Amino acid sequence: MLARRNPQLNAHGELIHLLSIEGLPRAILTQILDTAGTFLSVNDRDVKKVPLLRGKSVFNLFFENSTRTRTTFEIAAKRLSADVINLDIAKSSASKGESLLDTIANLSAMHADMFVVRHSESGAPYLIARHCAPHVHVVNAGDGRHAHPTQGLLDMYTIRHYKKAFNELTVAIVGDIVHSRVARSDIHALTTLGVPEIRAVGPKTLVPGDLREMGVRVCHDMREGVKDADVIIMLRLQNERMSGAMLPSAGEYFKSFGLTEELLALARPDAIVLHPGPINRGVEIDSRVADGSHSVILPQVTFGIAVRMAVMSILAGNDA
Amino acid sequence: MTSLSLDAEQLYSELRAGVGRLLAPDTVLVGIWSGGAWLAQRLNADLKTNRPVGTISSTLHRDDFGERGLGGVEASTELPFEIDGARILLIDDVLASGRTIRAVVNELFDYGRPASVELAVMVDRGGRELPIAPVFAAAKLTLPNHQRLSLAREPDGRFTFAVKETT
Repeated sequence: MLARRNPQLNAHGELIHLLSIEGLPRAILTQILDTAGTFLSVNDRDVKKVPLLRGKSVFNLFFENSTRTRTTFEIAAKRLSADVINLDIAKSSASKGESLLDTIANLSAMHADMFVVRHSESGAPYLIARHCAPHVHVVNAGDGRHAHPTQGLLDMYTIRHYKKAFNELTVAIVGDIVHSRVARSDIHALTTLGVPEIRAVGPKTLVPGDLREMGVRVCHDMREGVKDADVIIMLRLQNERMSGAMLPSAGEYFKSFGLTEELLALARPDAIVLHPGPINRGVEIDSRVADGSHSVILPQVTFGIAVRMAVMSILAGNDA
Repeated sequence: MTSLSLDAEQLYSELRAGVGRLLAPDTVLVGIWSGGAWLAQRLNADLKTNRPVGTISSTLHRDDFGERGLGGVEASTELPFEIDGARILLIDDVLASGRTIRAVVNELFDYGRPASVELAVMVDRGGRELPIAPVFAAAKLTLPNHQRLSLAREPDGRFTFAVKETT
């Protein structure tokens, strides 16, 4: 028996919060992906809504703005028949000086059943999960540089959809790995699902050598990084990195690490290209690749809703 | 275990005869996952309907989701025909409380508005909690609540019944 249980699991090993992919067993990741497959078919119905979360209130707490992620959670919750309350906390309580835990206590008093949390501080969703009422579930929608588990899961769903199995794949993650919660969640998920070769590709400032401790192969050369890859996950280059000392310029970056058709030709002929969006055309990815036949960037968005429906319905069905 | 023994193949023959009499030229069979789906597939072939057969799952409309959670989700609904105006005969292995049927009817209506929906089952074990009745049952029996009857399909396609004690 471990001294401290994973806060995401109850005593039966069932998922009660989704805070990080790190530490989750393969069986739970597979359960989420399988469940998402069921929800994908809800899109084919006349009535694109199922009643699993009827009468439940899902609060979207976005302490950091992200219209896109918030919208996909909102659509997922609504397709499960939940009532959705969007709180743009960045503009309200926090700016009035209320503490995070006071905000949570107030929202709990409004009978929330689930919090979907985006926060610029790593670990904020853990703090909320520790202090909310036992029946309340917390989903991390991205915290600091730490984790973005639903993005990681939708990337895994996308990979499994096109590649069927994980155990023979070479996956290259390209870009600003060190600041990316998406990369971290992807690396944990790919490792847990048994991907034999995970490459972290990018300049030394954004892909430091100590990433090897996560079990990845570090490549500072793009040609070497994408060679014979089955899956290429491109990361968004944050504009603020460009202004600092990390990178010379967007143009320079594109020359070294932008994904072009020529570079993509070095990967496997049936390679797929993923990107969490929003894409910077001409910075990390060439338009001809983003819009080309290897790109699965738009299917990722569709799968993302099904994956978030799966996560929310699994959590809602498990007691603390 | 119990001494109760049910010959599933014998009951299947009776179900096949009963369903054969109920079939109109435009009836489509929809089996309830999982036992009912096996039955519907075999009935559809044996009765030579020449129409596609559907499979339906109660998972997304269950009323005990709060207690049981999602559980296994290998069940999925596949209805390869137009539901609007269809004459549907639902097939299930065992009918008890009727809650699965309620959930399945809701699921069906997510796909359209059928002209009619009827139900044929292999075993009606009693214990109804909802106003639901089959148009045909190959056998009627009374089982105590703690016993669960479930259909199994052998590798050669033959059916057997198992009675399990539940807690």
